[in-house]
This record gives sequence, C-alpha cells and structure tokens, in this order.
Amino acid sequence: MLNLKSIWWKSLCALLLIYSVVGGFLMRVPRLSIVNETIRALYYHVPMWFGMVFMFLVSTWYAVKYLRNHRMDDDIISVEFANTGLVFGLLGIVTGMIWANYTWGTPWHGDPKQNGAAIALLVYFAYFVLRGSLSNDEQRARLGAVYNIFAFFAMIPLIFIIPRMTSSMHPGSGGNPGFNMYDLDNNMRKVFYPAVIGWILMGCWIASLRIRLRRIEERILDEAYEKSA
Amino acid sequence: MKELLFLQLKLEIRNQSILTSLFLYLVCLVFIIYLTIGNQPTSQSPAIWSALFWMTLLFTTVNTIAKSFIPYKPDSGPYMYSIVSAEQIILAKIFYGFVLNTLIGCIGFILFSTLLKNPIEDLWLFLGTLLLASYGFSASLTLLSGIASKANNNSVVMAVLSFPVIIGILLMVIKITRHASDGLEIAASYNELITIAAINILVTAVSYLLFPYIWRS
Repeated sequence: MLNLKSIWWKSLCALLLIYSVVGGFLMRVPRLSIVNETIRALYYHVPMWFGMVFMFLVSTWYAVKYLRNHRMDDDIISVEFANTGLVFGLLGIVTGMIWANYTWGTPWHGDPKQNGAAIALLVYFAYFVLRGSLSNDEQRARLGAVYNIFAFFAMIPLIFIIPRMTSSMHPGSGGNPGFNMYDLDNNMRKVFYPAVIGWILMGCWIASLRIRLRRIEERILDEAYEKSA
Repeated sequence: MKELLFLQLKLEIRNQSILTSLFLYLVCLVFIIYLTIGNQPTSQSPAIWSALFWMTLLFTTVNTIAKSFIPYKPDSGPYMYSIVSAEQIILAKIFYGFVLNTLIGCIGFILFSTLLKNPIEDLWLFLGTLLLASYGFSASLTLLSGIASKANNNSVVMAVLSFPVIIGILLMVIKITRHASDGLEIAASYNELITIAAINILVTAVSYLLFPYIWRS
C-alpha cells in the first residue's frame, strides 16, 4: 500500500526539482557542436521518459494485483498511474519536438525513437478508449487490466529494442550504449539524476492526489447509494 | 486440444460464408491496389511493394481474427466453458489463426505477384518471414479479439487496440521483405528474425497467462 500522505517525499521532490531547474540553467555544460546550449534540454526531456516508463510500470504492477485479488482500489491506482504516465509521455514528446526543432531542424524527424514513443502513447490512448467503451465497472476494470499488461509487454520491444537496431539520431542507437555519446560528464550527472528522481516523485505525487480524489468520489457515491437504498 | 482445433477448422469450413467473404475481401483489396497504382513505375519499387503487401495482409488478418470469438451458436459458450480450459482455447485459437493467416499470406502473395509483380529474390527467406509474421499476428490479435468481443464486438475497438500493438512486428517484417527483395544474404536479417521470434514467444506467453481472466466471465 502506498503511503500517500507522508510529507517527506513531497518535500524531497520539491527540493530536487528546484535544484534541477536552477542547476539546469546555471551549471556548466560541455560545449558540443550543433547541440550547444540546447543540451540543457536533456534535464527536462529525458526525465519525462524515465517518468513515463516508471508510471506505466507501476500501472502494470497494479493491473496484475487487480487480476490477482479483484480489489477495485488496485484498479483505481492502475488507471491513475497510466493517466499520469500519459501526461509525462506527451510532455516528453513536446519537449523532444522543441529540442529537435533547434538541433535537427524540424520538430518531427521520423526518428525511430520518436515514432516508437508515439506508438507507445497510441497504445495507452487505446487503453482509455477500451475503458470508455465498457459500461460495466467490474468488466471495465478486468479487461482494462488485461489490456494494460498486454500493452506494456508489447511496448517494451518498441521503445527499447527496435530503435537500437536501426540508425537513429538519438544516442544509444546502432548498438551504442545509452549515454556515452552524450559526453554526459560528471557535472551533468549531478543535475540529471536528481532531475530524474525529482520528476518520478512528482509523477507519484500527481497520481496519488488523483487516486485520493477518486477514492473520495467512490465513497460519496457509496454513501449516496446507501442513503437511497 | 487437437479436437478443439479440428472442431474450429470444421466449423469454419462448414460455415463457408466467412471464408469466402474473407477471400473476396483480399481479392478486392489487391485489385483496388492494382487499379490505383498498378501501372505506375513507382509501384515497382520493393519498398512500396512490401509496404502495400503487408498493409493488405494486416487489414485482412485483423478482419479475420476479429471474428474468431463470435460464437457459432449462441449457447455454445457455457458448454465450451465446461469441457475445456481457457488455456487450451487460447492456444487452439492462436494456432488456428496461424494456419488461416499463412493461407491468406500465400494467396495474397500469389495475387500480388500476378497482378503487380514479384520483387522477391530470396523466396525462402520471404516464406519464413511470412510464417513468423502469420504467427505473430495471430498470437497478438487473438487475445485482443477476445477483449473486443467482450466490448460488444465493436470493430472500431478491435482496430484501435490492435494496430499500435502490431506495428513492431510489421516494421520488422517490412524490413526483412526489403532485404529479401534486394537479394541480401540471410545473415543480414538474423537480427530482425530473432526479434520477431522473441516478440512471438513473449506475446504467446502473455496471452496464455492473461486469457483465463477474459474467459472467466
């Protein structure tokens, strides 16, 4: 069970994000041709993807839990984490497009990773379409959970394997290990890793607020139902 | 298990309307492609050919597999539920879809090579790809068709659910087809072949684990 209300991780999240925003703009970065100062976008673009994958992972985990013991609460958690992951994915695409506009010349370059990410988002949009098309609560939760797990496993090859097999303008393609081409020197690591952790915590925070909201709504509905009965 | 497979085959052969409508669908698609771009020089390039070929197959198989959970008799569901386990059903349906997809693929290939042209140089590699892709389509679409059938057999839901999931296989397959038509040696496509095989295994395993939860209701 998530401890949703404790304060320490929220303050940690705020501190890390303030640090990464300030540090991201002020600290020294390596000079690379073409990329130049836009390399600072790394601090905001890449954590979005880390955050998205983490959110979808949690969502899948709770989908499995739902299928195992059929508690409606697990379904709520699963949905809200998928929601938050979707927001992160959209932000990741938008920040990536802004960055690409300055370094590659066009916002959409047909890069395999870009396409893979767009497909991954389509998968999760399809998840919400499926949930929307079912009216029975229990059935919606069950089929949604099944599709969620299936989609997650179908998505892994898309964003982790296929882009690495074809040539891409992202680092980590054509068999290169992920970050070596970035010259992610120690100075950048100092901002990058806190930013990743900070954004993941931020995602959990957003999701937890929405989960609590949904629980309250459920309780209000239940009480109204009992009164009327 | 075997009986289940044969039962499905027998029902399908007896119920000819589905099979014939399927082949008519395929023929119509290929003929439309032929009429619209058949005599343009661009359609002769292997890239366009393989894209069109696999798109045709994709649409036909989605339509096929979407029907795999429409019961033949309205009351046969509970009866099936009592005599076989969900795991057996999903495996039988996947295998049945595989056979059907391979058939569609072969007929589609013959139609494409007669109406348009046949750019494939390495036929064995292409046939191997066809087999792998048929299995991959079948394995990933059968579970989704099960989900869609619970959502009132809404064909839009089926399309929305399946297309994003299938794109990974489709991209790999189109790449191998281009290798096969450029006459590259097989070693050039090992990576893609292994990836498709791995996706197939993954998808089958996930379907096998998840299908009982759909079937239960």
